This record gives sequence, structure tokens and C-alpha cells, in this order.
Amino acid sequence: MTVVRDRVTTRITSPPMRRRFSPLLVVVIGAAIVVALTYTLPPFRTYQLATVGAYLCVTAGLTVLTGLNGQLSLGHGALMATGAYTLALWQNKFNLLAVGIVVAILVTTAVGAVIGLAAARLRGPYLAGLTLAVAVVVPSITSTFDETFNSDQGLSVILNPPPESMTVEQWQAWVCWGGALITVLALALLTRGRFGRDMRAVRDDETAARLAGISIARTQVAAFVVSAACAGLAGALFAVIAQSVSPGAFPLTLSLFLLMAIVIGGLGRLSGALIGALLLVALPAVAHEIGEAAGSQRLEGNLALTFFGVVLVVVMLAAPGGLASLRIPRRWQFRTKKH
Amino acid sequence: MDRFLFLTFDGLSRGAVYAAFALALVLIWRATRIVNFAQGAMAVATAYVAYSVADATGSYWLGFVVALVAGLLLGAGVERVVMRFVDHSSPLNGVVVALGLVLIIQGVLGMIYGNEFRPATAPFSRDAFEIGGVALLSRYDLFVFAAVGAVVVLLTLLFTRTPTGLRMRAAAFAPDVSRLLGVPVGGMLTLGWALAAAVGSLAGMLVIPTELGLHPTAMDIVFISAFTAAVLGGLDSPIGSVLGGLLVGLLLSYISGYLGATVAPMAVLALLVVVLLSRPDGLFSRSKARTA
Repeated sequence: MTVVRDRVTTRITSPPMRRRFSPLLVVVIGAAIVVALTYTLPPFRTYQLATVGAYLCVTAGLTVLTGLNGQLSLGHGALMATGAYTLALWQNKFNLLAVGIVVAILVTTAVGAVIGLAAARLRGPYLAGLTLAVAVVVPSITSTFDETFNSDQGLSVILNPPPESMTVEQWQAWVCWGGALITVLALALLTRGRFGRDMRAVRDDETAARLAGISIARTQVAAFVVSAACAGLAGALFAVIAQSVSPGAFPLTLSLFLLMAIVIGGLGRLSGALIGALLLVALPAVAHEIGEAAGSQRLEGNLALTFFGVVLVVVMLAAPGGLASLRIPRRWQFRTKKH
Repeated sequence: MDRFLFLTFDGLSRGAVYAAFALALVLIWRATRIVNFAQGAMAVATAYVAYSVADATGSYWLGFVVALVAGLLLGAGVERVVMRFVDHSSPLNGVVVALGLVLIIQGVLGMIYGNEFRPATAPFSRDAFEIGGVALLSRYDLFVFAAVGAVVVLLTLLFTRTPTGLRMRAAAFAPDVSRLLGVPVGGMLTLGWALAAAVGSLAGMLVIPTELGLHPTAMDIVFISAFTAAVLGGLDSPIGSVLGGLLVGLLLSYISGYLGATVAPMAVLALLVVVLLSRPDGLFSRSKARTA
């Protein structure tokens, strides 16, 4: 009885993604706004704008995976590291940025496919545990193969100077937002079509989806691969912004931050991914200023950490419907009900 | 051969810690169907408290007791204040809330103590005794075995021989029926979380002097190893988690002994993948789950 009622309310409270605007139109307007901002904002704000763009790539991909397909991934920080290191290694050898970004996306997609194949067979805390292990372990690979990855020091990224007509920050913002807008456009088109319906069907009821002829495993792996590609792009863009990569830039907390970003913005919504990306840049900046005002080094990074944690817990407790769109497969419900 | 023996004992000592930590995970899983992803952070928090007390008073053992008591209180607090209000219709809700707790605990610890590694002293010498010319066990290893063994025995006695243990099992197994029969189910859940967190704190106190030292994220990799151990033994089986812990400890000891310490984290990941894909219910769970 409760199972039936849950399902009905879920349908009502989580409508399919709104389709009032054409995604292309939104992207064109977004590009115009970004270009206008890069010419009006001071350099540091432009740099922050670029960071928002890079975060938007990964949060958009993650919200599609978690919100629409119901798979929780804590491994996206590690996938970003994969993209970033690929770009760094490529740049230091060939110095062709455009190709390097494509290569970074391809390599991360391949890694994501491997994790996705395993993830498609796992549910609930098992999947969370596996991806958590990926997030914790992957940074340590850099010290195992320290000849390639240079251990904790990381690698610097060789980049050609930007065209003379613009500043470095403007160029970074254009590159990052170019990537972000293409990502959002691709995801919006992808999720409103058949693939999006398949993902939602798998999330809501695996048995029904299977009866309707949808391959569960294929849909889940495809969703993971798509969102891994987004994470790879984001990682590459972060390498471009920072002009260096190191394992310290991709700790477990990065993956937890990403989770917070998509949960607070509303799971499964690309607009929520944008809100989350903005918060990921804005909150640490605010915490930094509070820390400086208080004159405490310790406060700076940790205040943001604490704040994100509190937000995550409060959102989950105060708005339990926030995650209601995550339908848990039958197998799981059966288990929990039986006890 | 000498090296093999040494690595075996070292692995059993590590494994005992993983076993205790995995046992804490299993206790909470059985009672509430939540994998407590905040277990590692909670253990670190109590270890910080313990070493603060030990530094202030000069007594390691006072700090040790404080760690266990702090674990009890923290576990009960987390259950009463946060976990009780989690919407259990989706198991992911519990996971996300626990991860939020991880951020909060790490942030608060960082603000109070800073993000540097702090040295943590061991109460006993970690130099191995030589038996017949072979270095095998240190006093500290013996202490680890004794502590973990005591916990396992005490928990077994609690759950099988006392009315409270019976009530806890009943509350976990059939909450509605238990409530009708007058078992305070909520109280039993709080007690379960408190006990599990105390066991986690014990594991933290045992492992932190042997690893890098105190750090807000010190237990991340231990958590992964213990999670692997718990899955290996089947998340539902306390005995399985103890055996799983010992197995994971042995494996990691051999791998870091023969292939290098930096390979060990990857070995944990590989083992977790293999176990999850081949025997997601664990090596020991099937028969146990049916008889329980």
C-alpha cells in the first residue's frame, strides 16, 4: 500500500523536466550574458566566472545521472582528476589544447564506462561504497606511478598565451563557458528525447521498464558514460584554469561538494546544476572572506566544508522530497520492507 | 619465510582493527539498514578528543576511556538528532545525510585543530619480539588482539545472553511487532548506534598510532578497507565481518610487504570490485542470513 502511494506522489511531485524554453535559445542567451560579463567584471570575478563554468559541466552531468537515472556517484571527483591529468600529459607533449580536451573527454569516458559497467549491477549503499572507494583511491595512484604523475607535486600544464585582444581571465571564461554551454545543450537535447525517458523509466520502476523493452544495464551504463564525459571535460577545464594538476585538487571532499551542489539545486534539473555550480564558487569565497576578517587560517577552508555539510544534512532532513525522485529498485525495497 | 611470518602477524593485527570497524558498520546496518558512511569521521573526532585529554592530563589511558565514552555519546547524538529524522523510503537518503556529517565533522575538526598531521603516540612499544630469531609480534599487536577480542566477546555475550541484546535484535528484526510487545524500539536504535560508534572509536584509537597520525581525513582509507571487509563478510553477518576484516588485513599486509605500500589502496579497490561483482551478498552471508 505504501509502495503504491509513494509512487503516485512521486509522479506528482517530480514532473518531467520543464520544456518551456528551447534549450538552444537558453544557450544563446547564456553565451551572450557570459560574453557581456567578461567585459564588465574585474579580472578576479571573471576568473570565478570561469570556475563556475567548469563546475557547471560536471554538476550538469552528475544531476542527469543521479536525478534522472537514480545512480549515486561519489566518484566524479576522481573522474575529473582523470580528465585533468590526461589534459596535462597531452599538453606537455603536444601542446594542442583543442585536441587535448577531446582526448581528455575520451579517456575519462573510457574510465567511466569501466566504472559504469560495475555500477550498473550495484544498488544503494553498495554503489555509494564502490564510488567512494574510487574517490579515495584514485588520487593515491599518482604516487604509485610517480614517474608519470610526479606524486603529490603534480604536473604543470603548458598553455599557449591567449590571443592578444583579450586577458587570460577572459579567455579562460570563454573556454570554460563554451564547454559548459555545449554540455548543457547536449544534455538538454539528450534527456528530452528517448534516452531521457528510458533513464526515468529505469529509475522509477526497473520491472516496468524491462517489460517495456528497455535494457536496464545498457541505459545505466550509458547514463554513467555520458556523465563521466562531462566530468572529464570539467577536469580538463580545471587543469586549464589552474595551469597545473595535483592530487590535492581532487580530494574526496570535492566529490561530496558536487553531491551537495546537485542536491541543493534540485536533483535532475539542469537549472539546479547551475545553482549548485554558483554555490560551489560563491560559498568558499564568502568563507574565505569571513576567515580573513577573523584573521584565522584554519577557518578559511573548513568553514566552507562545515557549511556545505550543514546544508546537505538540513536539505535532506527538511525536504525529504528532495531526493524522492530517486526511485530505488524493487530488489531494494523488498529487502527493506521484509525486516 | 621469516618475512612471510612477520607479514602474516602484521596482517592479522591490521585485520583485527578492520574487523572491529567492519563490525561497527554491520551493527548499524542490521539495526537501521543504513551504511554509516560517517563512521570514519566520527572515529577520528573521538580520537582527537582522546589525544587532547591525554595531552592535558598526561595519561594515555584516561584519553582511551574518554574516546570510548565520546564514541558512545556521539553515536547516540547522531542517531537522536539526525538519523532518526531521515526519510527511510530511499536508502540513499541515509547515505547522503551521513556524507553531510562527514563534511561537518571534518570541517569542525579542521577549525579546532588545524589540517596538519599531528603525531599520535602508541601506549605500547611497536618493536616486534623476536621468537627464535624471527621478528613476529609487538606488544602493541598483542594489545590490539586483546582489545578487539574483548569487544567481539562482549558484543556476542550482549546479543546472545542478555535481555537487552534480545530486545535490540527484536527491534532490528521486527520493529512493529517489538513495539507492540513493549520494546522501546527507538531507545534500542539509539543504543545500537552508541555501541557501534564506540566500537568504531576503539578501532580508530587502535589504528591511528600505526598509520600517519591524527588528521581529519585519516580514517578515509581505513573506512574503505573496513567497508570492503564488511561486504566481503556480507553486510548482515557480524561473524562474517570479523573474518572479512582479518582476510582484508592479511591481503593488504602481503601486498604492501611484497609489492610496496603505495599499491595497497588500489588492491583494496580491486578487491571491493571483485567481491561486489562476484559475491555481492558476501562470502559467509547466505547460510547465516537464513538462520538468523
